[in-house]
Amino acid sequence: MSEEDKIKQQLTDRFNFLADKVTIKRARRLFMEVSMDKFRDVFDHAIKSLNFSMLTTITGLDEGDKFGLIYHLASESGIMLNIKTSIPKDDPILQTVTGYFPSAEMYEREMADLLGINVKGLPAGNRYPLPDDWPADQYPLRKGWKSDVLDKKENR
Amino acid sequence: MAEEKEFRIPIGPQHPALKEPVSFSLALRGEKIMGVDVRLGYNHRGIEKACEERTYIQDVYLVERICGICSHTHSTCFVQAVEEIAGLDVPKRALYIRTLVAELERVHSHLLWLGVAGHEIGFDTLLMFTWRDREVVMDILAMLTGNRVNYGINTIGGVRRDIRAEDIKGILKAMDILEERTKYYIEVATQETTIIQRLSGVGILLKEDAIKLGAVGPTARASGVARDIRRDDPYAAYAEMDFNVITDDHNDVFGRAVVRLKELLESYKMIRQSVGNLPEGPIAVKAPRKIPAGEAVSRYEAPRGEDMHYVKANGTDRPERVKVRAPTLANVQAVRHMLRDRYLADMPIVVAAIDPCFSCTDRLVSIRDMDKGRTDIIEWSDLRDYSIGWYKRRGVDFSKMGKMK
Repeated sequence: MSEEDKIKQQLTDRFNFLADKVTIKRARRLFMEVSMDKFRDVFDHAIKSLNFSMLTTITGLDEGDKFGLIYHLASESGIMLNIKTSIPKDDPILQTVTGYFPSAEMYEREMADLLGINVKGLPAGNRYPLPDDWPADQYPLRKGWKSDVLDKKENR
Repeated sequence: MAEEKEFRIPIGPQHPALKEPVSFSLALRGEKIMGVDVRLGYNHRGIEKACEERTYIQDVYLVERICGICSHTHSTCFVQAVEEIAGLDVPKRALYIRTLVAELERVHSHLLWLGVAGHEIGFDTLLMFTWRDREVVMDILAMLTGNRVNYGINTIGGVRRDIRAEDIKGILKAMDILEERTKYYIEVATQETTIIQRLSGVGILLKEDAIKLGAVGPTARASGVARDIRRDDPYAAYAEMDFNVITDDHNDVFGRAVVRLKELLESYKMIRQSVGNLPEGPIAVKAPRKIPAGEAVSRYEAPRGEDMHYVKANGTDRPERVKVRAPTLANVQAVRHMLRDRYLADMPIVVAAIDPCFSCTDRLVSIRDMDKGRTDIIEWSDLRDYSIGWYKRRGVDFSKMGKMK
C-alpha cells in the first residue's frame, strides 16, 4: 500500500462522510472536498495525526454563488493534500488558520483583498496586496470584475 | 537617567531594479528593534487575474515575468501544471533541458546573492568576484536560450530550443572554472574570521521556529530543516539526478551563506549530469490549444525556496484560475522573527539573507522621532553605511582583511 493510499484510508476510516470524496490524482497529490461545517475537524486531523506540517498556500476561487477555498497542505515526505471547502458568496465569512500556521496570515489577507472574503481572527496588521487607497467593494479576482472600473474613477 | 525614545523607521518600498518591493517599518528602542511591521504588495501587478484573460501559451510568457531572477522557475512551474491537466507526456530530453536551465538559474541566483550579501556587510571585493563569475553562467544561459533573463525556453509540452552537441563542451569547461572558484569562496567564508564574526549569531532562526513559521529554501535548510522539493516531490529530471540536500545547523546568516555556497557545488554536479546523460529524442510534444477541464498543483524548488502554482482549467483556451505562491511570501514571517530584539545594524544583512532581492538600489528610509514628531529621511545606502560603521567600531573591518586570489 502506497503512502497516498494509507492517508486516504486513514481519512476515510476517521471520517465516514469522506468515503468517496478523496481522490489520488497522481503520486503525491491528494484532493478532497469537505463541507465548511466539517472542515475544521478534517483540517485539524490532517495536521495533527497525518503529519501535514506545512501549509503551502490557500487558493480562493470564485464559483458563482459561492467561494471555493483550497488549503494546500504538504508533508515532509513530499505529499500534498488539497482540502477544498466552500462558503456562500453572500455571507463570505471564514475563520483564520493562523493559529496552526502563522504564515497563513498573508494568504488570508490576499483572499480578503482580492475576493472580498471576511477572515475572522487575523492579527492586526497591514492589508495585502492592494494599496491603502483601493476603492471599497472592488475585488479584482471575482469573475466579471474589470479593471476599467479604476479607469473611470481616474477620469472623473 | 536618559529618556528612552521609541523610533519608527519605515524602510522601502521602492527599489525598482529588482523584484518584489517590500516595506518594513521598524519600532526602535535605542538601537534595538522592538517590533517589525511588514507591508507587501507594492509590486502586485494582478498577474493571476491577467492569466485568466489570456490563453495558456500567452500565460507561459506572462508568468515568466513574475520574477526577473526566477523566471524559469515560474514558467516551468506553470507549464508543469498545465501539462498534468492536459495529460501530456513531455519528452525526457525536454525534462533534462529544463533541469539544466533550472540549475544554471540557481547558480546565477546564488552567485548574485553572495555578491549582494558581501555588499551589504561592506565586503565589496566579494561582490566584484562573484558577479564576475556569474557572467560565466549568464553567457551560457544566453547561448542556450538566446536570453540572459526571461529565457523563453519553456513551452507547454516541452522546450523550444535544443542543445547543440558543441555547446556541451563549453558548459562542462565553465563548470570546472566555477567549481574551483566556489571552493575558494567556501574556504574564504568558513575560515576568514572577519566574515565569521560578522555573520555568526546574526538573524537567528531556530529549527523549531523555521518549521513553525513555514520557512522555505536555503533559509529553512540553514536552520537544519531538510526541505527540498527537488528531492521530496521531484519534477523535471530531478528523480534521476544524484545530489545532496544541503543543510546546516548554524541557524544564522552565516549558515545561510554556507548552505547557498554548498548548493552551488550540487548544482554544478547536476548540470554535468543533465548534459552528460542527456537523452536523445524530440524536445516537445504538441499541446492542444484548449485544455480539458481539470486542476493541478505544481511545485518547484526555486533558488529561494518552494514555488507553487495551482492551475484550474475549464475546457477553453484560457485558464479558469491561476494561483502563484512565490517563496519570499513564505519567508516573511521568518524575517519578522529574526529581526525582533536584534540591532538596527543587522537589518540589511538579515533581510538580504532570505534573498528577497531587497538589497539592490538606494531607497529612502525615513526615521520618525515619535516623541518630537520630527521626521528625518535617510537612504538605504546610509543605513548600510551605518551598519558597516557600527561593526567596524566593534572590530569587524573588511579593509583589514587579507588579499583575495
